[in-house]
Amino acid sequence: MAEHFVQPPNWAVWITLYFFLAGIAGGSYTLATMLRLWGSPRDEATARVAFMWAFPISVVCGILLTIDLGKPLRFWHMLINTTPGSFGLNFKAWSPISLGSWALLLFSLFAFVSFLEVMTKRGNDRNVSGGMIAWNVIGSIIALFLASYTGVVLSVSNQPVWSDSYAIGGLFVASALSASAAFLAFMSRFRSDDAIPTEGRLELADSYFVTLELIMIVAFFVTLSNAGELWRETATPWLIGWILILASFIPSLLTLASRGRMRYSASGGTLTASRALAGTGTGALIVIIGVLILRFVVIYSAQF
Amino acid sequence: MPEQIGFFTDTSICIGCKACEVACKEWNQLPGDAPKFLDSFDNTGKLDAQNYRHVKFIDLVPESANIITGNGAAWLMMSDICKHCTNASCMEVCPTNAIIKTEYNTVYIQPEVCNGCRDCMSACPYGVIGFNEQAGVVSKCTFCYDRLQANMTPACAKACPTQSIQFGTLSDLHKKADARVAALQAQGYDKAQLYGRDDSVYGGLGAFFLLMDKPEVYGLPNAKNAGLPSRNNVKGYLGAFITAAVGVLAGLIAIRQNSDDSQRSA
Repeated sequence: MAEHFVQPPNWAVWITLYFFLAGIAGGSYTLATMLRLWGSPRDEATARVAFMWAFPISVVCGILLTIDLGKPLRFWHMLINTTPGSFGLNFKAWSPISLGSWALLLFSLFAFVSFLEVMTKRGNDRNVSGGMIAWNVIGSIIALFLASYTGVVLSVSNQPVWSDSYAIGGLFVASALSASAAFLAFMSRFRSDDAIPTEGRLELADSYFVTLELIMIVAFFVTLSNAGELWRETATPWLIGWILILASFIPSLLTLASRGRMRYSASGGTLTASRALAGTGTGALIVIIGVLILRFVVIYSAQF
Repeated sequence: MPEQIGFFTDTSICIGCKACEVACKEWNQLPGDAPKFLDSFDNTGKLDAQNYRHVKFIDLVPESANIITGNGAAWLMMSDICKHCTNASCMEVCPTNAIIKTEYNTVYIQPEVCNGCRDCMSACPYGVIGFNEQAGVVSKCTFCYDRLQANMTPACAKACPTQSIQFGTLSDLHKKADARVAALQAQGYDKAQLYGRDDSVYGGLGAFFLLMDKPEVYGLPNAKNAGLPSRNNVKGYLGAFITAAVGVLAGLIAIRQNSDDSQRSA
């Protein structure tokens, strides 16, 4: 059984929001690229929404990370070594927080160019150059790293819970994709009528991502149980959080269930309930709030 | 390069006087936290940015037992400090390279380089590093780096009245520790053991201890639990990579399947 005598780093609200928004930014960029690569021309409207949001969110991420520092004006020390006599770049491949600093910088660059691309394009024109597609694909790889490394930062520590599970990176990337699909489904409805068919694709994708997230939650609990640390997550305040997280899966799982039933019957109660939630955007909001609670519970339960 | 130096803290002769805590605060100009009224003579609680030394009082005497002198139940006392690990977890994760090894092989935090990200706090398995709210950076025992440069003994070792804290070259301290633990075991103290003398915890400790019980009793991870943060790197990234790959595949299926459905319904 694991034993811990470590002190908490007191990572609180800014880091929770950063981990959440880094997931949304990275997940949205990835989904936009996927819609461009594999979707129909009408999906470009939603891809455009995603590229428009990914860059500003990445800027907010940088601000959140900076204000969490004890010395915010030294944020650049993450990238540049200021040790006397050792000037150069700070890049430690074995330190996820170091890699993540570079990933955020790089992602912001990719997101900025994609932001400019959609802002300077007229309407929802699908005509995208091969170079831009390649840019999107490379950006998506960095985006997925950004969405997942935050979990690895937690695992690569000696904190209880965090260091007892290596599933947090996977859990964070699955939930980031889920929240991003819900976020885009929600946002695209305010953007253009063209986006309405894409909303259905995103809702289905979200239901798959939520299923993946559920599997990763099981993996997270199993690893904690093996380390003898599951009790921290089942203590009263965090148990309520986990119940809320699982409850937030209901709209997505209803969507999945309704898809299954649609193959065999024309209508059904589950389908009606799912459509009712999706129609108001409430389902998407529930998913997004659930992912925020997930970040909160994982970060706080190990420290407080 | 100076010979590697260290601390040998012999807990069997610590009397809990806290002279080390006071001397450390005095030399390093640490104002200290507000006193805490804890369940012992401990009023500082833990190591942090204001307490580079902390004397632990470990009460092993059962509350309900009929205690008479000499029945074996005792309080353990231990002057705790940064262990100056050979393989330091804090140094491993620090993204700014603010944490360095000095010419004396001690672990030192450069306050002018640290930006207060606090990742080292989550990594240090001994809970040594604290965040200084006023300075905005983390701090811990410097091994009195300034005194070392002036060929002076660190303040805590200088002040210790029982020589529970001994300072010297590591090779000399290892010899003294080996002799002391052998003497205690010959006297019947079977649980007496050295902690951090060999490389079983973090490659060996610059500040090592003679303990009178298991390391866990003193709040120290045993060799089995003394893992570097990087042990989770490969597994963590691999889990994230596989999940991301499955996620992308799930997204592809959803996008294509729904496109097909749309075309069919049209």
